[in-house]
Amino acid sequence: MNYASFLQLHDELSLLALIVILLIYDTFANEAKMRYFQPIAILLFSIHTLLNCVPRTSFEVAGGMYQYVPMLTYVKTILNVGTLIVFLQAHHWLNGASSIIRRGEFYFLTLSTLLGMYFMMSAGHFLLFFIGIETASIPMATLVAFNKSNHKSAEAGAKYILSAVFASGISLFGMSLIYGATGTLYFNDLATALTGGPLQLLAMVFFAVGLLFKISLVPFHLWTPDVYEGAPTNITSYLSVISKGSAVFVLFTILIKVFGSMVHEWQAVLYGIIVLSITVGNIFAIRQQNLKRFLAFSSISQAGYILLGVISGSAMGMSSLVYYVLVYGFSNLAAFGVIAIIENHSQKLNIKDYNGLYRTNPKLSVVMMFALFSLAGIPPFAGFFSKFFIFSAAIQQGFYVLVFIALVNTIISLYYYLLVVKAMFLTNSDDAIAPIRSDLALKVSLVICTAAILVIGLFSSIYNQINVFGFGM
Amino acid sequence: MNFLSIFVLIPFLMMVALLFAKNRNQINFIAASGSILLLIFTGLVTYLFVTERAAGNVAEMLFRADTVWYAPFNIHYSVGIDGISIAMLLLTSIIVFTGVFASWRIDPLPKEFFLWFCLLSIGVYGFFISIDLFTMFMYYEIALIPMYLLIGIWGTGKKEYAAMKLTLMLMGGSALLMVGILGIYYFSGAQSMNILDIAQKHIPLSAQYFLFPLTFMGFGVLGALFPFHTWSPDGHASAPTAVSMLHAGVLMKLGGYGAFRVAMYLMPEAAHEMAWIFLILTGISVVYGAFSAVVQTDLKYINAYSSVSHCGLVLFAILMQNETAMTGAIMQMLSHGLMTALFFALIGMIYGRTHTRLITEMGGLMKILPFLGVSYVIAGLASLGLPGLSGFVAEMTIFVGSFQEVDTFHRALTISAAASIVITAVYILRVVGKILYGKVQNPHHEDLSDATWWERISVVTLIIAIVALGSLPLWISNLIHESLTPVVNNLMR
Repeated sequence: MNYASFLQLHDELSLLALIVILLIYDTFANEAKMRYFQPIAILLFSIHTLLNCVPRTSFEVAGGMYQYVPMLTYVKTILNVGTLIVFLQAHHWLNGASSIIRRGEFYFLTLSTLLGMYFMMSAGHFLLFFIGIETASIPMATLVAFNKSNHKSAEAGAKYILSAVFASGISLFGMSLIYGATGTLYFNDLATALTGGPLQLLAMVFFAVGLLFKISLVPFHLWTPDVYEGAPTNITSYLSVISKGSAVFVLFTILIKVFGSMVHEWQAVLYGIIVLSITVGNIFAIRQQNLKRFLAFSSISQAGYILLGVISGSAMGMSSLVYYVLVYGFSNLAAFGVIAIIENHSQKLNIKDYNGLYRTNPKLSVVMMFALFSLAGIPPFAGFFSKFFIFSAAIQQGFYVLVFIALVNTIISLYYYLLVVKAMFLTNSDDAIAPIRSDLALKVSLVICTAAILVIGLFSSIYNQINVFGFGM
Repeated sequence: MNFLSIFVLIPFLMMVALLFAKNRNQINFIAASGSILLLIFTGLVTYLFVTERAAGNVAEMLFRADTVWYAPFNIHYSVGIDGISIAMLLLTSIIVFTGVFASWRIDPLPKEFFLWFCLLSIGVYGFFISIDLFTMFMYYEIALIPMYLLIGIWGTGKKEYAAMKLTLMLMGGSALLMVGILGIYYFSGAQSMNILDIAQKHIPLSAQYFLFPLTFMGFGVLGALFPFHTWSPDGHASAPTAVSMLHAGVLMKLGGYGAFRVAMYLMPEAAHEMAWIFLILTGISVVYGAFSAVVQTDLKYINAYSSVSHCGLVLFAILMQNETAMTGAIMQMLSHGLMTALFFALIGMIYGRTHTRLITEMGGLMKILPFLGVSYVIAGLASLGLPGLSGFVAEMTIFVGSFQEVDTFHRALTISAAASIVITAVYILRVVGKILYGKVQNPHHEDLSDATWWERISVVTLIIAIVALGSLPLWISNLIHESLTPVVNNLMR
């Protein structure tokens, strides 16, 4: 590997440079200069996003250990924009009394997990993949336990790291079986070396556990509600969108690229997982009172919908999957943004506390309603389009019954999303949450999300762009 | 995009204008001028359509426009209208116009009410002008969700329960529909989701056998097909006046129109084979709805069950698959839309004065409220099929058409469905006798005042439309007739 090919990794390099700059700034700046830390971090990160948003032609570096496809630029840009929105939403919270001294760490840790996801997605070798997934997991556990004085946050951090390590252990075992069966870990070689023998099947299933855990699919979802509830709300939104989105994309590429020969086997496995995830996620969401737990279960079922793109395995499935992640990301970030504002101002998190919210905070309620309708797949919001496309991709491959089950579940999901809308709009309450004035950064983030929810569906150019670089079997 | 999209654009601009409205006068002004504009525009399009047809343009759909929207899925934004769409658009414009005047004093949150009302009309208008399965489905769903908030916030009675039931049941219908239309698209092998293109292809029979029930039931839920009608009485009874009007008057027609345009047109073989199942179900709707209306004591429930019965008749006639019955079906959609809107408007106005909808608590209102009383009698007479009013024309055509099917099964069903006319007379006359004549039940009712000017506008417009349809039926049946030919030809193939 020479210097020129090293420079081709400029996505990762510029992110790494950003991390180092922020680390040095945080270490050496005095209190007065630290006031500018957050704006500078957000600005630099936006520049990084802009610099890396133009797709290039495919290439491989280091003998296929690092692989680039143009679709990666879109996925990375989606993750970048999502992270940017999380930063904007966290701005106010980080300036609060309890977290102000740790705001540097927040940026450092978040960007480190992002770097891990970059490597995980670009990997062409199981070793790089494993390094990536671990770089993404371990700082994440620290972030989950960010409010270390809060009992629930610390508990959530411990739960996350223990189950994450266990899952990666199993995944690593799967990789070792792959190496044992074929003698190579390069994706390019594995595509031909894997033929679908019993040992290889076992390896595939073990390997997939690590990713399914990160996407929080049933039966690997048990950590989700507790961690989502315990983690600071901004971290929860990061976890539910960025972490999940990257893992779904990797699952798709690896299943196609490496395990393409076992397509019927993994389709059968995914079939069951999708049905379980959608149904279990939905049924448990109905009973939740805490909004963060509520969105945790909703995100489990959403992950099930996203997997419909994976199971179809086609180019259409790939592009509708990326599109779904984009739309789901904006909707979930908007919902979590509203929850975070209200939590910061009133410490209230239950659906009952939202009674009569529309009378006191009309704008926040409308944003929340748009986000929930988008998640439920109601037109004209973008969620309708993404659901239609991903169902369409699955039906094209003949999964009629599966799509029908998914559609029946959208009715259940509409029920519980409407429960929140009902609390905000229909129910009147004497002690509704007092009017909240949110800061500029938050307003910007919510405006971006709302505009995206409204625009992405109605204007087809974004999907068409993504579709150009979709690939399947 | 061509000028047909203005139907969607006007309500959209109304929404934008409403966002900036400051007080009730401005809100009412925007709503009224928008709805008048829609009415004028509909008249204009009707005129253009008629002259174009008179000039000898025999294309199936006129004023077609086609814009590629999502190329990878072959989704186009395509619009076009035929005589049936014209009839539906006229109906929608009349109901939207009268609905605005019926909710002149809506309280609380008038601005939000009209915002959702406009979104609802976007959905309805869009549905009737689309000829692409995707756009059609999208507009269908757009029309569903405002219902939840409209009923939930401004409704009466057990409104939260009713709103949730209605939304979820209709979403259930759209779930069936979504599998149905995706299946139609992939099995037909067409190059677009355009209905006219798909009609040229042949969907394999084995696929039709499961796609037809899916689509027919999907639309049937909205068209109050037994046993999926249960959302309708609760929903209509709890909804605010204008929403009941629009929902029973227009939205339920989406069901009939969709079943006709998608299920029957695109899958004629399955329609032929499986019609008997749905004929039995719709037959039950017709008779059971009428009997249920007899035993109700709440005015809105009576009218809601009568809607189940009348809308059942629409699907019943469509399933008869002959030209006369289908013409009757479209006429019935129009007639029922106008009638039921008039009923709901009057019930809303009476309720706004007496604060009760129970027929046992009212009496002698004719003396106190002569205008509303007379209008109620006219609506009742139209509903039980008095010649000269719209109900007679529609039901007559349906039963004449149905009787053309000579086998015992169809004959028996037609006869039992026709019995519903008698039952209709029972509940209509009972209500009229009970609430309008006789002694005044409640002394407080003596001081009630009759209709205000905005209420009169709403009521008079609807009565004019009912009389016009009843006395000049040929004009509208000619309009419908030529548009039916391609569908009937497809069925006869």
